[in-house]
Amino acid sequence: MGAVLALLVVPLAGGAVLALIGHRRYGPEVNAAFSAVTFCAAALLVGRVIEEGSISVLEEQFFVDSLNVFLVALTAFVSMTTSLFSRPYMRIERSHGRVSDAGMRLYHAMYQLFCFTMLLVLTTNNLGVMWVAMEAATLTTVLLVALYRTHAALEAAWKYFILCGVGIAQALFGTILVYFAAERILGSGMTALLWTHLDSVKAGLEPTVMSIAFVFLLVGYGTKVGLVPLHNWLPDAHAEGPTPISAVLSGLLLNVALYALIRFKVITDGALERPFAAALLTGFGLVSVVVAAFFLSRQRDIKRMFAYSSIEHMGLITFAFGMGGPVASFAGLLHMTVHSLTKSAIFFTVGHATQKSGTQLMEGIRGLVRVSPALGWGMMLGAVAILGLPPFGVFASEFLILTTAIAQQPWAAPILLVSLGVSFAAIFGKVQAMVFGEPTAARLPHRPALAPVFAHLALVLLLGLYIPPYLVDWYRRAAQLIG
Amino acid sequence: MNASGLVAQLTEVALAILLAPLLSGWVSQCRAWLQNRRGPGLLQPYRVLAKLFEKEVVLAHNASSLFRSSPYLIFGCLVLAAAIVPTLGTDLPLNPAADAIALVGLLALARFFIALAGMDVGTAFGSLGARREMMVGFLAEPALLMVLFTASLISHSTSLSTIVGTLAHREFVIYPSMAFAGVAFTMVSLAENARIPVDNPATHLELTMIHEAMVLEYSGRHLAMIEWAASLKLFVYSCIGLALFFPFGVAQGGDWLGLVLALPAFAAKLAVGGAALAAIEMVSAKMRIFRAPEFLGTAFMLAVLALLVHALLER
Amino acid sequence: MLAHYGPQLVNLLAAVLLLLAFAMLSQRRILSLINLFAAQGLVLFLATVLVAMITAQGHLYWSAAVTLLLKVFLLPWILHRLIRRLNVKWDVETLVNIPTLMIFGLVIVILAFNLAAPISLLAGTVTRSTLGIALASVLLAFLMMITRSKAVPQVVAFLAMENGLFFAATATVYGMPMVVELGVALDVLVASLILGVFLFQIRSRFDSVDTRHLERLKEH
Repeated sequence: MGAVLALLVVPLAGGAVLALIGHRRYGPEVNAAFSAVTFCAAALLVGRVIEEGSISVLEEQFFVDSLNVFLVALTAFVSMTTSLFSRPYMRIERSHGRVSDAGMRLYHAMYQLFCFTMLLVLTTNNLGVMWVAMEAATLTTVLLVALYRTHAALEAAWKYFILCGVGIAQALFGTILVYFAAERILGSGMTALLWTHLDSVKAGLEPTVMSIAFVFLLVGYGTKVGLVPLHNWLPDAHAEGPTPISAVLSGLLLNVALYALIRFKVITDGALERPFAAALLTGFGLVSVVVAAFFLSRQRDIKRMFAYSSIEHMGLITFAFGMGGPVASFAGLLHMTVHSLTKSAIFFTVGHATQKSGTQLMEGIRGLVRVSPALGWGMMLGAVAILGLPPFGVFASEFLILTTAIAQQPWAAPILLVSLGVSFAAIFGKVQAMVFGEPTAARLPHRPALAPVFAHLALVLLLGLYIPPYLVDWYRRAAQLIG
Repeated sequence: MNASGLVAQLTEVALAILLAPLLSGWVSQCRAWLQNRRGPGLLQPYRVLAKLFEKEVVLAHNASSLFRSSPYLIFGCLVLAAAIVPTLGTDLPLNPAADAIALVGLLALARFFIALAGMDVGTAFGSLGARREMMVGFLAEPALLMVLFTASLISHSTSLSTIVGTLAHREFVIYPSMAFAGVAFTMVSLAENARIPVDNPATHLELTMIHEAMVLEYSGRHLAMIEWAASLKLFVYSCIGLALFFPFGVAQGGDWLGLVLALPAFAAKLAVGGAALAAIEMVSAKMRIFRAPEFLGTAFMLAVLALLVHALLER
Repeated sequence: MLAHYGPQLVNLLAAVLLLLAFAMLSQRRILSLINLFAAQGLVLFLATVLVAMITAQGHLYWSAAVTLLLKVFLLPWILHRLIRRLNVKWDVETLVNIPTLMIFGLVIVILAFNLAAPISLLAGTVTRSTLGIALASVLLAFLMMITRSKAVPQVVAFLAMENGLFFAATATVYGMPMVVELGVALDVLVASLILGVFLFQIRSRFDSVDTRHLERLKEH
């Protein structure tokens, strides 16, 4: 119980503290410190779950099982490494005059609050609180996307707010309908919103209501995952905010939204006989992969390109969960982990590269390996990792997904292969041009924080070669849960 | 068909023909009182009609027989419409023909003839008025139909006497759909009777008038018939409104006592209705002509909403 | 008497809610739009109190109090202050003309009623038939959001959408548990505050709050 409470209270306290002192010279260090403490709490929680199995805390209001424990650890870890990356990055942004004092306070406070909301979504057992926390996660990041106050930033933040807000409203209606269906069996009151109780009675829930509810929930939370055609806000929002925010949005928030969707899918599958939810997920996932791959190849802004890559990968994961079965779900969960680590690593390198070159357009960034070899090779390795080359972890998960697709949905496999191929060519070509060639980058006052990049890539490499037994166990159990 | 029904029917028609100008006079008088004037007196419309009947008819050279017969046709349609709306009793001899759709059809026929008559002589004002009348009608008729359909959905029949009978003798239930339908009906009647805020009945020379433009060419007894028909139209609309929304006091079939009591009830309701109309005219400003479609569109939308709300909430 | 007339009154209030949603859809002036939103909040408050009295559910009184405080007083006050400081013009154009908008609105209402019908049949509340109206209000607010070009009406539409959702919760399940209701209210409040700050930033950058300026980020 202590671990879960600490996990949530620390970022909340961090937000309050940093709202006051975030602009000081040591503000970024305080930010990193809070994130480190959160990570320790997460590690403690992981230890407890390894010992005891699923735990539920505080009168069943919080529930940690095999599905969300690794996501909690991942979220805490990536937010810690991102806070380390954000130290020199935001200092340079400040020295360039792009962010004011008030902006720094807002940035740091909202960063901690954002972590709090994400962890709340992951650990809560109450579906209503899950909704509230998802909406709060959007709200904390809206002002951050608009931090630079340029035309593009304001437009991106406005789209983000309106589109995600509308989407989330649909998800609220879906939640109300789920509560309505649950109330008939579990009685009114808080228990009808607790996921664990719903899971135990899911066979008795009204099929009509649940199918309508799932459609609303898919539209709602699917907007936050970035499924096509609800993805319009994503490339702008991920491209215009400060890069640490892009990293956590791409790496963490999309996962969290998909997690929420999966929780509802489990219940819907139990209520309906036919594979309704699975078919919807497969369809949306496949469309997302195809559309993202083709848009990706036309991008000129580096962060937009990687944002489309996030859409593509989330589509792939959704497709895997839609297919179902132990192998595909296992692969989907693994892919969630490795994609998060790799994409955030890429965004770290992208952040430094854009700062050094002074532009986000890819034609303006050249010769990174000459200016800073670690940065250049970091970006190269990151790109190679995300494109699914062995022995990185992404290869393992993509391979599993594709082989399952060939077995279960043979018509989809060539479409997936072509899309992955298109994005491979586009990203590899662009990254190669950026890393090699005549340098356009400059040296900057603060040294880039490249340790997080290599830490992430090392983990991804590790996961490609060897997955620790407890992780395998969690993935397997969670895959069983997802069905 | 029984005796009380026949008596009720004849009384209704006689009252309609004789008292319609009195209703118009009452509305003008109320307006005058609200505006702190002395007013022309309650019997002024009768004096106008008497004067017009004595005057000579002046016809244009190219006026056709349609032009000459239209006033009578219009008057006839409206008398028939007044006959089929149950105001005193519900057991009328004309019941088999007294259908809500037939009522709207009669009113449409009247509109058709007056528009044709307006265009007949070929003056600019005539066709202007006719075009505008048709525009108003195009939107007002569906709205009126929807209002009547809402009422007929509640009473499961389009026969006017059944509608009134059901609504009058049901226990008090709050019907949101009838509330919406009531507002829609008020808007439609304001438009159809050429009242503020759609048209100004007090002037003859406004360039944005609708009704007056069509009858500019008429004189003498023809004009008298048309003026009478216009006040009859107001009377008919008031009766429809009272029958649908305030049907208390209407006698059931065969009830002589009820019939006798229905008369003062009816008169009282008409008086209150006329005063309310005057009050509405007082507080509204005439809207620009191109806003009239919006006004009527809103009425139509409210009427359709009434229907939908009934289908949803009152099953 | 309450048992007999109560549900009818709730139905009447639901119909008024729908009417207000249509009125907001066709409203030209921003000031009236905000007042209509406050009126909607008042109708919601009355409906919640009525349902609380009919079904003797105590927590609904708290819910109603929060609604009154937030949607009738606090949010309209914030919005009024916002438009005064932003100095926006009185009239709002819509992207589609108003009669056409009305017809779309009617189609949406029919759709919503059809969608909600099977769920209404299953509900056990006295107010179950109003779910269609709640869903229609949500969808009408959505229509309003996509057919307006200025930022402030879009914000009001967003808040109106949440009104519809609140009514849906009251209609089908006698309100969500208090924690969730409070959380949602908090979210709405924070969202409005953030939007206020945000609109200032847009204003200072673009010198206008016309969201058509915010369409320049296109695919390259």
